[in-house]
This record gives sequence, structure tokens and C-alpha cells, in this order.
Amino acid sequence: MLKSTRSKEFAIESLLLAVSAVTVVILILISLFLFGEGAALFKDIPFLDFLTGKNWYPTSEPPIFGLLPLLLGTLLVTAGAIIIAVPLGIASAVFISEIAPPKVAEILKPIIEILAGVPSVVYGFFGLVVLIPRLQQLLDLPTGQTALAGSIMLGIMALPTIISISEDAISAVPDFLKEGSLALGATRWQTIYRVTVPAALSGISAAVMLGMGRAIGETMTVMMVTGNAAVIPGFPGGIFAPVKTMTATIALEMGEVPQGSEHYHALFAIGAVLFIITLLINLIAEAVKRKYRFKVGS
Amino acid sequence: MVTDTFAEGIETEITVMELNLWYGAKQALKDISVDIPKNSITAFIGPSGCGKSTFLRCFNRMNDLIKSCRVEGDVLVGEDNIYESNVDVVELRKRVGMVFQKPNPFPMSIYENIAYGPRIHGEKNKEKLNSIVEETLKAAALWDEVSDQLDSPALDLSGGQQQRLCIARTLAVKPEIILLDEPCSALDPISTSKIEDLLMELKKDYTIVIVTHNMQQAARVSDYTAYFLLGELTEFGETRQIFEMPREKSTEDYITGRFG
Ligand SMILES: Nc1ncnc2c1ncn2[C@@H]1O[C@H](COP(=O)(O)OP(=O)(O)O)[C@@H](O)[C@H]1O
Ligand SMILES: [Mg+2]
Repeated sequence: MLKSTRSKEFAIESLLLAVSAVTVVILILISLFLFGEGAALFKDIPFLDFLTGKNWYPTSEPPIFGLLPLLLGTLLVTAGAIIIAVPLGIASAVFISEIAPPKVAEILKPIIEILAGVPSVVYGFFGLVVLIPRLQQLLDLPTGQTALAGSIMLGIMALPTIISISEDAISAVPDFLKEGSLALGATRWQTIYRVTVPAALSGISAAVMLGMGRAIGETMTVMMVTGNAAVIPGFPGGIFAPVKTMTATIALEMGEVPQGSEHYHALFAIGAVLFIITLLINLIAEAVKRKYRFKVGS
Repeated sequence: MVTDTFAEGIETEITVMELNLWYGAKQALKDISVDIPKNSITAFIGPSGCGKSTFLRCFNRMNDLIKSCRVEGDVLVGEDNIYESNVDVVELRKRVGMVFQKPNPFPMSIYENIAYGPRIHGEKNKEKLNSIVEETLKAAALWDEVSDQLDSPALDLSGGQQQRLCIARTLAVKPEIILLDEPCSALDPISTSKIEDLLMELKKDYTIVIVTHNMQQAARVSDYTAYFLLGELTEFGETRQIFEMPREKSTEDYITGRFG
């Protein structure tokens, strides 16, 4: 009996180990493939020219592969999304964990999780049909397909991540800290913004980082609402003009390129840069989160 | 219930009249009346769960935070009935400070911890804040240990130092009364005796009420002792009388360690 339980345990453990090993191997293979295919571009074009090139004309003769318009497009749309999502996300998280009656919080939390599960094409469709015509009308623009539209949609999409992780961080602030503040005669609001939120700040920063990671990697929605014009966005006018992000570029152009062509390798190079950016963001988020765990543990 | 009437001339700081308290349907405090004298240390003793913390938290209305909690009866702090509907709880908690069982400094610097209270009550003057920080740290016998590291995190301090910081933080809003709920239960003997010395010093200027599980502590520091059992105030009087000649059998059993 004992022996069979033990051998069963051993079998399960081995299986789990094998599965995780396969996952790691797949991840390594994908990275190797991505970086290998991307690096092939730099046989013909110097890496710096690619990174700082101001023009993306992949089909001109000769083609020009400058990343800058796409990189800046991505950064602009993402920054906008963060500016929209962070205040809303933190406010919602504070509301859910500190202000809403428990019953209301219990209804809101699953709704927010459902929001995270809505397919991005649905968000894109909503943006296209509902948001874009209104933006165009409201701001009197030649087209509603703008960086702003992308920021708004990505902001909405990043909200569930930011809300649920911030909410965890805020709820994790121990009651004895809040009581300490209230006992000094602080009001509930003073306690929230001077003690509770600062104490949860590292967790909230991690939430923002992860939300940002999600926004940068998002493809379908941005492709549907940003107009996809590969020009370096001006500031601040570029917010109200079409842009093309790195993700949208890969998705839109991959279908048309001959395998092994320069253009093909350039798209992989974009993918590699994107991979590095999101990896960095996730690492920072992890580090911040760890710091926060130590703090609350003490 | 047995209450001593104090010797002539002793001023009362907190007057409790027929206080009853419920958590939901469960009654946690039963018909308590007591006068707590000014500029003295009053100890609350009694077995776990008898309502000491609950009673202490009536004096600064921390029980308001608990939804199921309902209070009947009157508590006067000085002349003011603090359970009247027009009472400003913020004002009350400025007058009646509280130190908790587990040291709970905010995750900020030592300086910011002390400045927190005065700041939320509107003090912005940097020099004023500096002098409050220095004064209260001195009053809490912590200044010599931390004066050169005011900007370092309060959580880096030892448990005993953290607890004295919490006392200093309470003093910074200039209360009249300080409530302490088992402030030494998480501390080593040396830290404990530092805090006891501190309390003896502070009672010149403040009225102190302390919940303690430690009979020696109650005997050492307090002037008056209240013994609670099952939500009732069984006996209250001068500490010497309670420890030497308790009127109630259960008080004697508890003090001598026969139960609790
Ligand atoms: N928040 C609460 N909700 C419900 N019951 C409580 C709460 N806090 C304390 N009680 C109950 O009230 C009684 C007195 O508790 P407490 O004042 O903490 O006792 P003590 O401090 O003397 O150990 C206990 O029976 C306890 O279970
Ligand atoms: Mg207690």
C-alpha cells in the first residue's frame, strides 16, 4: 500500500518535471528561432541603422527597414494607455478593497476578471465601431483611427490586470497599520492615501508594469484601431494621427513576405526587440513584487 | 460589582456608566461602571477573551470600525460624553491615543512616523515638526538610540524600539490619555522594563490605561487595577489592595495563577 502510493507519487512528480522541462525547451527553441531569424537581417543592414532608421519602407526599391517609427508608435500608444489606465486602475482597486461594501466588491471582482477574458478582437471591433467614429466627430479629425484610439482601447484592456493585482496588494496591507493611523485621529481618506496606498506601492508598481507588458504585446486591437501608418509620430499632434505599432507591423506584413527575404528577417528582428522589451518589463515587475513581499512580511 | 471610592481629591479622567457592548447577538461587556483616575496608571487584567481589549477600545471608539459592534451606556472623557452622536471621532482620537499589542510603525522613516500625526492634523511648519519629533522621541526614551538615523526605515528598528516609537508617535498628537493593549507581550524583558520605566515617567503628564497579561507588570507599574471576568468588571481598586487583599475569590485565584 505504502509502496504503491510512493511509486504513484514518483510517477506524478516525473510527469510534472517532464512537462515543465518541455515548456522550458519550447521557450528556448522559440527564442533561438526568433533571434536567429532576426539576426540574419544584420548581415545586410547594420544593427544601428535598423534601430535608429527613421523610415519603414519595406516594399520600396531598395527597401528601407528603420524601426524608429514603429518603436515610437508602440511607445506612444502604450504610454497613453498607461496614463489612462493607471489612475483609473488604482482608483478602482482602492474602491474595491477599501471602500465598497463587501457585497459590491464580490460582484465587481468577477466582472473585472471576465473583462480580462474578452478576446482582443472583440475589443478591436468595439473600438472600430463605437469609439473611432465618435473620436473623429468629437475632435474633428480626418480619421478616428489614431494613436489615441489605440491608447484608449489598450488602457481599457490593461485595466483588469492593473486592478486585480493592485487590489491584491492593497488588501494585503495589514489592518494593524490602518488601525495605527485611525487611532492617531486620521480620517479614512487620510489613512488610504497616506498609509494604505504607499504601503502597497511596490505591488501597485508591479501591477502597472504587468499592465504595460500586456499593452505593448497587444496586437489585434491596435491593428484594428490605430490606422497603421508607419510614420514617426509628432508630439503632441501624433496622438491624434494614425500610427503603426511593432506588433501590428508583424501581423500585417508577415502574410505577404517571401520566406527568407530581407523583409522576412526584418519582421523577426522587430519580434526580437519586442521580446526583449517585454522580458525587461516582466523582470522589473518581478523584482518590484519581490521587494514588496519582504516589506509586508515583516 | 465592587468599586472603591477613591480618596478625596483624586480627579477622574474617564467615567464609564452602565456600559453594555454586543458583537452581533453576543454580549461582550456587561453593565460596566467605573471611574478611571487622572494622571495615574490603571491596569486591566483578566483571562483571555474576558473583554479587556474590547473595553479599552471603547475609550477611543475604535470599536466603531467593527460593523457588528453595538454599544449602550455612557463614557465620559473629561466632561464629554464620547458616545453622543455629535462627537467628532477624529478629535476624540487626538485626545485619546492608543498603542497596540504588536508594534505597528508605518513603513516610512522614523521621522515620518512621528510627524504623521501632527501632519494629518494640519501642522506644516518644518521647524515645529522637527521639534515635535525630537521632543517626543526624548519623552519616549528613544532619542539617544535613533537621533542619528531619523531618516532610516522605522521597520529596521528592534521590536522594543518600534514599540517605543509607537508610543512617541502617539505622544506627538498631544493626547490626554494613552491606552496600551498588551504593549509588551511581543517584547523581551529588557525592552519591557524600558517601557515600564517610560510609563511611570509619562503618568506625570498623561492618564494611562494598560491591558496586561503579566501580573508582575500590573503590580509593578499600575496604581489601580481592574479585574475582568466574562465581560464583567469583577473588581476594581488600588493595585496594592487588589493584589494583597482581593475581595473576590476569582480575583485571588487569577492573581495567584490558579487559573487564566
Ligand atoms: N471583532 C469581533 N467580533 C466578534 N467578537 C469579538 C470581536 N473581538 C472580540 N470579540 C469577542 O469578544 C470577547 C472579548 O474579546 P477581547 O476584548 O479581545 O478579550 P481580551 O482582550 O480580554 O482577551 C471575546 O469573546 C471575543 O471572542
Ligand atoms: Mg486582548
